[in-house]
Amino acid sequence: MARAAVLGRLTWQLGEVAELIQETPRVSSLALEVPDWPGHLAGQHVDVRLTAEDGYQAQRSYSIASPPDDPRVILTVERLPDGEVSPYLAGEVRVGDKVEVRGPIGGYFVWTAGEDRPLLLVAGGSGIVPLMAMIRHHAAAGATARVRLLYSSRSIEDVIYRDELARLAAADERLSVSHTLTRSHPAGWEGYARRIDGEMMAEVAWPRKDSPAVFICGPTVFVETASALLVESGYDAGWIKTERFGATGG
Amino acid sequence: MQQSDLKLDGNAIAGLLREIFTMEMTNAESTCGGCGKVHAVGRVDVYLNAPGVVVRCPACEQVLMRIVQGRGRYWIDLSGIRCLELKA
Repeated sequence: MARAAVLGRLTWQLGEVAELIQETPRVSSLALEVPDWPGHLAGQHVDVRLTAEDGYQAQRSYSIASPPDDPRVILTVERLPDGEVSPYLAGEVRVGDKVEVRGPIGGYFVWTAGEDRPLLLVAGGSGIVPLMAMIRHHAAAGATARVRLLYSSRSIEDVIYRDELARLAAADERLSVSHTLTRSHPAGWEGYARRIDGEMMAEVAWPRKDSPAVFICGPTVFVETASALLVESGYDAGWIKTERFGATGG
Repeated sequence: MQQSDLKLDGNAIAGLLREIFTMEMTNAESTCGGCGKVHAVGRVDVYLNAPGVVVRCPACEQVLMRIVQGRGRYWIDLSGIRCLELKA
């Protein structure tokens, strides 16, 4: 499966929307059934292409949220107000609609359950999506690696997969989840309530001697800040893999 | 929008590179022709806000690769990369 997932010519395929999940007011997940899906790795993405009636095409990349253990391809999409693709995928699309996808794509930002180094996952906003595939894969495969997630969101309403993360962390002592809310937080909030900084990173991250594997995903500035904080704290840059999404037009 | 928001990384062109090279390229190691630093293609800086794709070295900002598509063809300038090492 892994071999099929990384080799071969990319072709566009039609996936059928089997389920829609409203994750937050602005974020939806689409579970796609793609015939002959070759399987994927946690952290990979797909390209999605929409074609208008006049033939105009728009293409975007979306991370896969479902683990390799799930035959469906779940995409979690944040609706960007001026976007060309995301308002359709996270708003207009309906169960039974068909969407053109190609993939899985990417072999750099991937994690497999056989790796037992402690794992540090750092997510900014919808950067949680490929990291969630890793967390779900970890749970489904019963992986032994210890995992810490630091997840930055604007407000509690913007936290994607909030209940599922709480449930998974409660069920597995090897997974711990730390949230920080940067814009507003509810009364009695016990998590962090500021942008990520060195103190927070020192509290959440594995000690340097554990040589952790690190995956950081989020907006460009977030990724660069998180990565620089870890390198300053003594992490080897080679332990850190990053994936940035910028203002690509959604 | 800030300039820094426009900087992506090699993961963003993984699909395009697979289209061209018909293999997974984000794991390939590229040696910068300018500073000699080696980075995985998934790690290099990528700008899509140009008539084509511009790929730069994250260490010294030298242009590593430019890709332009049009009229059913690709034009690929690899002159900034000294070496691409990938799994056979």
